[in-house]
Amino acid sequence: MSEAVLAGSIGSPLGARILSQTEFRGETTVIIAPENLREAATLCRDQLGFDYLLDISSVDNFGDDPRFEIVYELYSMGNGRHLRLKLAVTEEAGAVDSVFDLWPTANWHEREIFDMMGLRFHNHPDLRRILMWDGYPFFPLRKDFPLEGKPSALPDVAFTQAAPMEGGPFVTLPSTATTKDREPRARRPDL
Amino acid sequence: MPPHDDSSLRPPPANLTSQVSNSQPAAYDSKIEGNVIFTRVDAAMNWMRKNSLWPMPMGLACCAIELMATAASRFDIARFGSEVMRFSPRQCDVMIVAGTVTYKMALAVKRIWEQMPEPKWCIAMGACASSGGMYRSYAVLQGIDQLLPVDVYVSGCPPRPEALLEGLMRLQRKIDGEQSFAAQNPALTREMNKALA
Repeated sequence: MSEAVLAGSIGSPLGARILSQTEFRGETTVIIAPENLREAATLCRDQLGFDYLLDISSVDNFGDDPRFEIVYELYSMGNGRHLRLKLAVTEEAGAVDSVFDLWPTANWHEREIFDMMGLRFHNHPDLRRILMWDGYPFFPLRKDFPLEGKPSALPDVAFTQAAPMEGGPFVTLPSTATTKDREPRARRPDL
Repeated sequence: MPPHDDSSLRPPPANLTSQVSNSQPAAYDSKIEGNVIFTRVDAAMNWMRKNSLWPMPMGLACCAIELMATAASRFDIARFGSEVMRFSPRQCDVMIVAGTVTYKMALAVKRIWEQMPEPKWCIAMGACASSGGMYRSYAVLQGIDQLLPVDVYVSGCPPRPEALLEGLMRLQRKIDGEQSFAAQNPALTREMNKALA
């Protein structure tokens, strides 16, 4: 199935649910409204053959409104095609529907987004933190969370402290010069 | 250590003297001469401790691969008496913290450390266990020495097996200088010192 055929064919089942659609280097991205997620996901799976959910990720566009984006990477085993579904989530809403019943792998992906970004998923069967421990008070992947972390304490479970940054973050420079020029050093991004 | 040529040596116990000739001092008898050494209690204890350091392999990241390589035949940690990796902390002498200690794991490492019987030692293997390494991050403990006392830090990311063996040898040298008997029996040592004074 060529890109053009794919782009044309997703249009008909998804129809008006598509807010916008972009093609970039052979990758199709479809932006939908959050309230249409379950309908669109079901159509993608059942009518377009996207039977495999590769990943769900989230983006924090801090300062913009809507603040968050959730990105679904779909793959069709039969056709060998990728499709990216994107939707925007406002900070006030902070939640979308779960798709764990369409693709069971969504269970843990959604838990990770809940853990790291603090977005919730309606009707998720087991919405607990997956990497950090239950009771950790922050969402570390949000842009307003400092890289070095924040102190916290949960007696007998875990504690955290802010890491010493020593003028960091430590970043490399792309360079063909010596290792000494390339190696990670404390380079403040605003300098 | 050769036997001292010392006239103040006490005669051996009766059960020994009965087996050897009565015509000469027992300590010089050729039958037992090679089996008797004279040393200090500290030296004997330290010698036994440092040559049978049973590790608690706290493998948490890629350093654990190098730890396994150290234990395998090419580098052969058995040459230093440390081949007995014990997965029960009750049977361990040295905890080798090999890898990144996340905050989620930190208290578990501390609990296992506290379950190890005295005397015990700790080797922080690699940059992460020593200082957090490249992880200046919300999730990583910035060095296991924030939770438990570390005897030897091994640099490297990850360290080569030779580096870990060097760290183990340094720990052996450190143990060699310890006041083991006094640490083991402080009350008895005080009494003996009082009696000697």
